[in-house]
Amino acid sequence: MAFPSGSVSYWLRRRFGISEVRREKFVLTMNRLKEITNSVVHHRMGGIGFAILGFFVTMAFIAPFLPIPPPEHSFLDSQGNQLQYLQPSWEHPFGTDQMGRDILSRVIWGSRVSLLVGFLASVIAGVLGTAVGLVSGFSGGWHDEVLMRINDILLSLPWLALLIVLAQILGGHLSLDVIILTIGLTSWNFTARVVRAQVLTVKERVFVERAKASGASNATILRKHIFPNVFPLVFANTILTVAVAILSEATLAFLGKVDVGTLSWGVVLHEAEASGAALNGWWAWIVMPGLSLVIVILGFSLLGYALDEILNPKLRER
Amino acid sequence: MRAVDDVSWKLEKGESLGLAGESGCGKTTTALSIIRLLPKNGRIIDGHIRYSGKDLATIKESELRRIRWKHIAIVFQGAMNALNPVKRISWQIAEAIALHDNMSFDEAQGRVVELLELVGINPSRKDEYPHEFSGGMRQRVMIAMALACRPKIIIADEPVTALDVMIQAQILELLTKLQKELDLSMILISHDLSVIAQTCNNVAIMYGGKIAEYGPAEEVFLDPQHPYTQGLLRSFPDIYGPRDLPPWIPGQPPNLLAPPDGCRFHERCPLAFAECLVREPPLYETRPGHLASCHLRAPST
Repeated sequence: MAFPSGSVSYWLRRRFGISEVRREKFVLTMNRLKEITNSVVHHRMGGIGFAILGFFVTMAFIAPFLPIPPPEHSFLDSQGNQLQYLQPSWEHPFGTDQMGRDILSRVIWGSRVSLLVGFLASVIAGVLGTAVGLVSGFSGGWHDEVLMRINDILLSLPWLALLIVLAQILGGHLSLDVIILTIGLTSWNFTARVVRAQVLTVKERVFVERAKASGASNATILRKHIFPNVFPLVFANTILTVAVAILSEATLAFLGKVDVGTLSWGVVLHEAEASGAALNGWWAWIVMPGLSLVIVILGFSLLGYALDEILNPKLRER
Repeated sequence: MRAVDDVSWKLEKGESLGLAGESGCGKTTTALSIIRLLPKNGRIIDGHIRYSGKDLATIKESELRRIRWKHIAIVFQGAMNALNPVKRISWQIAEAIALHDNMSFDEAQGRVVELLELVGINPSRKDEYPHEFSGGMRQRVMIAMALACRPKIIIADEPVTALDVMIQAQILELLTKLQKELDLSMILISHDLSVIAQTCNNVAIMYGGKIAEYGPAEEVFLDPQHPYTQGLLRSFPDIYGPRDLPPWIPGQPPNLLAPPDGCRFHERCPLAFAECLVREPPLYETRPGHLASCHLRAPST
């Protein structure tokens, strides 16, 4: 062999090299991905969810390149006064807010924070929930007791109250990273429960015993045999958690618990509420961010359920 | 409860032993004890399991882990459940190799191809998932997995249960062929006596957690010494005989929570006499190498 073992290049080749087997595996994985995407798109619920999310995610990404005014720009009239509370028109399709800012632009830019918070918080919740669920289900005994009681406590606390108290403790106004962390740390319980339940059934299967008979350690069994079997569930669940996380952020922002200067759909709603938009009939100000929220959450839910159906071998049709 | 009690046998290199008996008589428990894979509520309280100078009943878990699969491998009952549904079979076969022979999964692929050829599966199917195989093929995959690390002993736990008769014959033929070719020792567990008769040198008939009869397969089947074995063999339908219900053994296997006094079989035994109710029969050697646990076989004094 051209690579003496122990040399850096040998290590690199072993780690990242495209050997024949690796290339084959890569092709197989890509095929599988393509297959899953295909099934999602052709699944009725999944297809709709996919389209919705595709639309909003694309919108969030290309916001800087869209022909819209900057979200913080106040439009002024000839006297230099802010053009407040304009009704929808061709120039401002969703009208303007209390500072004469274009609401369409604010809704589009707001999607960035809402989606970001949703994704990051649910990743935290997913990782935490999976870890807790795996350990709890696999080791059982007092580990399980302790973790599940903590879980019960979190489940029984009203989630909104918890968030508000947390916000109050942290100074009344939360920065973006704190929001993400807080939502992540309070929404892992459902995932943990689901994962634990699945681990309990998977660990009784004969292939786990077989792995043990073939000399695998508990850590290996957990990582290589049990985790892959619960992963589809985790994935589908995390997608569902995104919806919850986005809603949590919107709720907090709507209640005015978010740092001034952050722009999300919840913030837009908060400003509408503070300006009395509902009483004054400035409908677009409330309906547009509200509708965006509802549609995105619907999109995540649809996609989550569809993925669950597609990835879960038990529900898969063959 | 003692699920298995006072069971003892020897397995030489290249030999095959059949463990037979009705459900719940302790066949699988005996086999799982050998590599200490009993479920959490079971344990070995006493006894020895000697394997090439080591006592598997007492060595450390870490040491045992090296022996599992490398020396003693299992073909499990019910191949669908014994294969991980979300992993390609190439990965599953390579797992044990990677674990014991210090190879990466990629490096083990050559051996995987070799093994699949050995058990008669087209190696081009190695990257498929278990659900893409039929029952017989899955059992072949299981056998390939068991052979992965070139073990010395294979424990086959009901390897052909739930397969149809044609496939049963194929799998058994494969097992015997491999056993001869690779000079393996094999322990075959089955409740189907014909399966054992076809494949094993020696057979141990178990009843109520104990050995009822032990001896060379041919002798045991042609000239059974224990009334339980005799009853078992009688209850096989004769394919040339009249079409009526074959005789069966009345009654039920003993409750091992409260095993009966004396011989464990006496409640169902047609030949039981006074001594059977009070004294447990030891294993009497009726012929060299042929043992039966029955007072009727006591050497006359």
